[in-house]
Amino acid sequence: MNIQQATEAIEEVLGQVAPDADLTALSPDADLRDSLELDSLDFLSFIEGLSKRVGERIDEDDYQKLATLASASAFIAGRG
Amino acid sequence: MADFLMPALGADMDEGTLLEWLVKPGDEVRKGEVIAVVDTDKAAIEVESFAAGSIERLIVNPGETVPVGTLLATIAEHAAGEIAPEAPPASAAEKAPVAKKKSAAGKPAAKKRPAPAKRATEPPHLETSSPLIRHLAEELGVELDRVHGTGPGGAITRADVTAAASAAAQPQPEQPTRPRPAAAPPARQRVTPIARRLAAELGVDLSGVTGTGPGGTVREADVRQAAAVPAAAGTGTAGAARGAGADGPAASSAQARLLAMRQVTARLMARSKREIPHYYLSETIDLTRAMAWMHDRNRELEVTERIVPAALLLKAAAVAALRVPALNGFWVDDRFWPGEGVHLGVAISLRGGGLVTPAIRAAADLPPLELMSRLRDLVTRARTGRLRGSELTDATITVTNLGDQGVELVYGVIYPPQVALVGLGKVVERPVAVDGMVGARPVVTATLAADHRATDGYTGARFLSTMSELLQRPEEM
Repeated sequence: MNIQQATEAIEEVLGQVAPDADLTALSPDADLRDSLELDSLDFLSFIEGLSKRVGERIDEDDYQKLATLASASAFIAGRG
Repeated sequence: MADFLMPALGADMDEGTLLEWLVKPGDEVRKGEVIAVVDTDKAAIEVESFAAGSIERLIVNPGETVPVGTLLATIAEHAAGEIAPEAPPASAAEKAPVAKKKSAAGKPAAKKRPAPAKRATEPPHLETSSPLIRHLAEELGVELDRVHGTGPGGAITRADVTAAASAAAQPQPEQPTRPRPAAAPPARQRVTPIARRLAAELGVDLSGVTGTGPGGTVREADVRQAAAVPAAAGTGTAGAARGAGADGPAASSAQARLLAMRQVTARLMARSKREIPHYYLSETIDLTRAMAWMHDRNRELEVTERIVPAALLLKAAAVAALRVPALNGFWVDDRFWPGEGVHLGVAISLRGGGLVTPAIRAAADLPPLELMSRLRDLVTRARTGRLRGSELTDATITVTNLGDQGVELVYGVIYPPQVALVGLGKVVERPVAVDGMVGARPVVTATLAADHRATDGYTGARFLSTMSELLQRPEEM
């Protein structure tokens, strides 16, 4: 998966978790939880969806690498 | 073959109305799958199948009210042999009346039961109504002294209270408590209990509401619609609601729903601040052990099962409520009524606005993992509008967690007639001195807003210290 595909995958999962969110307005370096008003359960759903999408387990220790769209894309691109 | 019967969804339930089938003959159902919606005196409740198989016959039609135990449907179980159903189609029609007779025969027996022992210090009507009935009466503004009880031993039932509430909406001064004459309009307006309660809360006159449910049953959505749409005639508190909703006919149903929800919250919170003398306490709780335990567990768990700190905090609040029962229950009729079990109300904000506070039943008995999965399920269903009726009426104490919004300290407003509300802030790292050494530790500030009529600060303090102690031994929770 390249960066472009990773970003698309992340946006797709975010769209499921926060259907009302405007992803086009999302800055790549903005904190996802703050920008999209995700609570801890939403964030867990995001991790769950992402994990399913890339077919790999994502550990809690890696959550911080998923904080923004840019960092998450880089993290996912190396996998799946 | 398995029988799907009208379930007893509460100790006081002896009949229920089938509102809706979610399956049709031939459909495959799993054990635990919701297959019907049943309206009880309490609420509309989703009812699950206890068998796996295919739906054979639906016997009771939507809109019909039948006694508990009545055969509603038959399910052909899988792997249960090749026995063909023996019952001819006619038996379906026969079975329901049998159940009715049984129930009718059972009622006189029930009446023979001795009335509960009277306590001389209690007002006269207390022995004929339960705390929950009083709770409902208070919500609907019904004076129980004036309600004629139709239950065993003259006990006042939910139906009596809701009937009194709707009678009050259409006053009939001469015969306030007698049954309506047979000459009245052929079919009494069918209104689901949730709709009736909501109508009372929003000041909506039910006689002007058109029902869209089975057989013209007025449902919750109809009342919300009526509350938000300007009507020709209206009195009392509904005036404001209607005025506010009358900005333009284009106001969408989502806006109407939001407005109605806002109004329910407004009414409840205004009442809380008007009636309840709140006192507030807070305690900063060290979560070092709890967080370490959680991270350890999460390393082993699948993503789908992982715990978030909120689940541990909710568990601690539930167990603390169990241990300090004076904070778990209701203040009604100038006295405290303990809750039967700890049903933890959880304030959930909805995307797009609005707030619901469904309850996690028997939360103190659930292991953290189970509590976590209930929490996720509840939040998901709250946000998709698929809550089960009972969940919205049963909370004995409520928790509001604003930590995800970055808030550190919550001064909560109690949901009447409950007597306590627990507020949870954000888990943050703070310098903490331990054994003379300062280190950074994860902490959370838990607050308690409590009803000073029901308890004093001493009891409240015990609640928070219990929560804190529990969180120091997460492995035991």
